[in-house]
Amino acid sequence: MELKEEQTQNGSAPGAEVPPLRQIVVESETVPIRVGDYAGPPDPEYGREPWQLNAGLDSDPIWVEERMRTEALSIAYGGKVAVSAVDLEVNSGEVLALIGPSGCGKTTLLRSLNRLVELTPAARRTGRIILDNQDVDTFDVTRLRSRVGMLFQQPNPFPMSIFDNVAYGLRERGSKKPRRKQLEPIVVDALERAGLWDEVSSNLNHPALALSGGQQQRLCIARSLAVSPEVLLLDEPCSALDPISTGIIEETIVELRNEVAIVIVTHNLQQAARIADRVAFMYLGDMVEYGPAGQVFGAPREARTQEYVGGGFG
Amino acid sequence: MSIDVRTAAPGPRPNPERPAPGAPVKLPGTGGQQQTGWSIGDRIGLAAAWFCGISLCVAAVAIVGFMAWKGVQYLHLEMLTSSPEASLDQSTSGGFLDPLVGTLILTLIGVGIAIPVGVGIAVWLTEYGRPAGLARLVESGVEIVAGTPSIVLAIFGLLVFQQSFMGVFSFTAEGGAVFGRSFLTAGSMMALIALPLVIGATREALHSIPRHVREASYALGKDKASTIRRVLLPSARSGIATGATLGMGRICGDTAIVVVLLGASMQTTPEEGFGGLLRGTGSTLTSYVYNNSPSGEGNAPEKAYAAAFVLLMIVLLLNFAVGLIGKRNKPQWN
Repeated sequence: MELKEEQTQNGSAPGAEVPPLRQIVVESETVPIRVGDYAGPPDPEYGREPWQLNAGLDSDPIWVEERMRTEALSIAYGGKVAVSAVDLEVNSGEVLALIGPSGCGKTTLLRSLNRLVELTPAARRTGRIILDNQDVDTFDVTRLRSRVGMLFQQPNPFPMSIFDNVAYGLRERGSKKPRRKQLEPIVVDALERAGLWDEVSSNLNHPALALSGGQQQRLCIARSLAVSPEVLLLDEPCSALDPISTGIIEETIVELRNEVAIVIVTHNLQQAARIADRVAFMYLGDMVEYGPAGQVFGAPREARTQEYVGGGFG
Repeated sequence: MSIDVRTAAPGPRPNPERPAPGAPVKLPGTGGQQQTGWSIGDRIGLAAAWFCGISLCVAAVAIVGFMAWKGVQYLHLEMLTSSPEASLDQSTSGGFLDPLVGTLILTLIGVGIAIPVGVGIAVWLTEYGRPAGLARLVESGVEIVAGTPSIVLAIFGLLVFQQSFMGVFSFTAEGGAVFGRSFLTAGSMMALIALPLVIGATREALHSIPRHVREASYALGKDKASTIRRVLLPSARSGIATGATLGMGRICGDTAIVVVLLGASMQTTPEEGFGGLLRGTGSTLTSYVYNNSPSGEGNAPEKAYAAAFVLLMIVLLLNFAVGLIGKRNKPQWN
């Protein structure tokens, strides 16, 4: 299996201090890297406007490059349009927050990025979704989904051990192969990146459903990371969690954006302000505004955004 | 088993500011005085509910108590280890080892068939179920099987298994007449009794798995088959076990199929050749009780009571197991 080989290469090599960067297999052209367009703490040398800066936590400057893009993406359920003609860029090195009132189509948009929306029989999609310069319709849907991971509103570990949960995506259908020994470095690495390793290192064989809600959600992050996704989609990942677990998950997300492009749907504007580098505001299926977090929250261009971030929509 | 009527009681909740029941009060917006508290009809209804609940308890306790009294009186340990003998005297007619083993074999054959078939049907109905017309047809098929009296299943089974091409399942007499009665033929009809229970419990278990759990598996790049096998079936395990155990209880308790399709012979009589025991005839505790009861041919009530007590214990144990299985091992998502 091709995937497996990549995994083994990318697993944490013993003795290496810094986890090796993920190799991204780009089958057509190389992805343009926009030098200088980074998110991070203020850097006066680049002369950026204050609102262009990362809104939230302190971190080192990181490269930003495009991973995913939608072109005139529209989705309708039956006759009802949920998302209409959305152009969106998803960059690695950034956290993109989709905000907007309930029913504005942000979850539908998110679910269309890994084609999960196709599980709804009535859903119809037009427009293109590009992953690393390739139309996602050209690859096998299972391959797409292992490159674009997803985290759900409710923590949903599978009823198996912690180890097996993380190894789930790496194993072939219905079998226990590859063996535990081969998978162990990847599983450990994924748990470390999800910030869960210290808590579960001694009981990898315990049932995952016995963990607390916040731990379960981080386990789900580890489960997604184990298959080395390039993009991670988060659908209100903290809505079922307490504030402390939420804080831990947010820290994990901010750390992860160095390696994975992150798209998060959230109802919580404070959360978006804390962790997002870019924000897309959606209203009734339209993408009203898309820009750096500081700009969308600090100086929104559209009146509807202004109203929403100011609490006008309630 | 008692019904807690306090939680189900009609009428207002206790409220310290409310006047005593029956006292006339003025309620705003109702245009006049209203009687609070319980009407005479409510009181009679409540009393009737109490009475019914307690009656059921009395009936349950009476069944177990009476059978235990008779059972302990007549049951001897050697009855469980000796075969039945032909005798008019109850002290020399042996025990019921053969029926006991027969019950076990028949139950195992029944659930052995019902579990894979039932789980397969339940998975198809829950996870695929298309075309919708076919799914509805399968559902009504399950309902028809569930609603068919077991004596009808037994006669139908005899019809099927006496066909000459079914000869491999039972004894074939000289001249080619197929007997049609054996553990295998009775067991496969017993599977039809357990099948709706297995299907129902498995479907319920699959339905209770949230959609996002399936989607989480798809989101990791797994296909449907892999999701069913590695996530859904393990999650439904306790539901499947519950259905199978309920089915075992039903199989243990069925008499008609045993009398018609197993021969209800006094002793287990294996056939010659491969799988002889399974192709042979025998009896179960139910047919033993029937044959020894005053209405049967044996007229050995002591044996009947002792065997009935053992049967009751087996079925109660199975029901107890259902409760245990349902509580444990069931994955809980928020």
